[in-house]
Amino acid sequence: MEETTPTEAEIRKSVRQALSNVAPEVDVESLDPGKDLRDQIDIDSVDFLNFVIGIHKELGVDIPDADMPKLVTLNGCIAYLSSRALHS
Amino acid sequence: MPSLGADMKSGILVDWRVKPGDTVKRGDIVALVETEKGVIEVEIFDSGIVESIQVHPGEKVPVGTTLATIRSNGQTIEARPAAAPPPIEEKKEAPLVTAPPPPPVAPETHRPRVSPLARKRAEELGVNLADVAGTGEAGSITAADVERAMEGAKPVPPPPIRPKAGEVLSMRRVIAAAMARSKREIPHYYLSTTVDMRRALDWLAAENAKRPVTKRLLYSVLLIRAVALAVREVPEMNGFWVDGAFRLGEGVHVGVAISLRQGGLVNPAVHDVDKKGLDELMENMLDLVNRARTGHLRSSEISDGTITVTNLGEQGVESVFGVIYPPQVALVGFGKIVERPWAAGGMLGVRPTLAASLAADHRVSDGHRGGRFLLAIDRLLQEPEKL
Repeated sequence: MEETTPTEAEIRKSVRQALSNVAPEVDVESLDPGKDLRDQIDIDSVDFLNFVIGIHKELGVDIPDADMPKLVTLNGCIAYLSSRALHS
Repeated sequence: MPSLGADMKSGILVDWRVKPGDTVKRGDIVALVETEKGVIEVEIFDSGIVESIQVHPGEKVPVGTTLATIRSNGQTIEARPAAAPPPIEEKKEAPLVTAPPPPPVAPETHRPRVSPLARKRAEELGVNLADVAGTGEAGSITAADVERAMEGAKPVPPPPIRPKAGEVLSMRRVIAAAMARSKREIPHYYLSTTVDMRRALDWLAAENAKRPVTKRLLYSVLLIRAVALAVREVPEMNGFWVDGAFRLGEGVHVGVAISLRQGGLVNPAVHDVDKKGLDELMENMLDLVNRARTGHLRSSEISDGTITVTNLGEQGVESVFGVIYPPQVALVGFGKIVERPWAAGGMLGVRPTLAASLAADHRVSDGHRGGRFLLAIDRLLQEPEKL
């Protein structure tokens, strides 16, 4: 990764995009950003992996397997990806 | 019109992905068809050149209707004018789909008539006849109507991702028909065993720690692979009960039950699971689930399953008592992985365990063979590195 650190707005946009790709029928705006996505929209492990791969493709951030639990809420995604982007 | 399920009687041609003159090869997606299971991408079974399109967007036709004709490679055939009567003889003509010939049917009464010229204009202009309001006799669509529609033309909208209430209802009816038939006709027997998943999960964790996110594996792919390999040992789990006899499946195509969030269930198949490695299977699964969500399943995936796997563990249940998807003869169900006290080798420990169940057709196999099948799945999961 070079100096092109994504802004928080870019991270938000990427996360929403990745989520819309796996759950096109969901209104992302209506989700509670502090709650577990899997409970709110009933996504399964395959959807969740597709979601994380989508984020990775959008932002170029690698996400170790051990960090996957940090991405289960929208707020968690933003916080984690912001810190990863800063430190990468 | 391909049959995309035992209970499908007709389908609506939504859109063509090819036009006359295009070269196509086996497996290409040539059309979108709307069925009670949603919009399905229809693949072609032969290679050649599209000669003519017989069914146009918006038309509803019975299963077995020829949608288009193709000329096979290597055959030299004169081009025929579009208005010529359909020439059947002396032409190597392959229907797009291998389906029984259609029964004679009366034309749909609610569908407006379309004049031949209007149809030709619509094809030239790329206008979807379903979007054209007819002003001719008895509401029939004229060439002028097509041209008017073109002027105010909007591109043909993509198939809806969010199905309307009626679509969910009709999918429910399809599921109802299949499941009622299953319970009415198939003498199910049920077996269950508990699998120690420690080795499989340890191996998976070690693998995933080394892998980038795009190559990560989920345990469900190990389960599907183990089922496909167990089929090699007990082949009578893989196939169909048709016309009073068992027919062995050609290939091991594992149907994966996917629950749709908007309601309903689809059961698309991952092809040739016994011949694919875990990486390829994982890619297939990610792609398949994504396409099931976005309404881009393919006809072969809908119709080819030879055995079904349902994994309800993510919903938190510990075990599954499955209903076989006819005309298949077996369904393997997996529950959630739970930690339990586990005695092995005289020692008591705590292990992650998984309940694996089998619902099988007693006309085809007996409990003894079903038991061997489930135990083979268990044994295969103890050596995940060999899957």
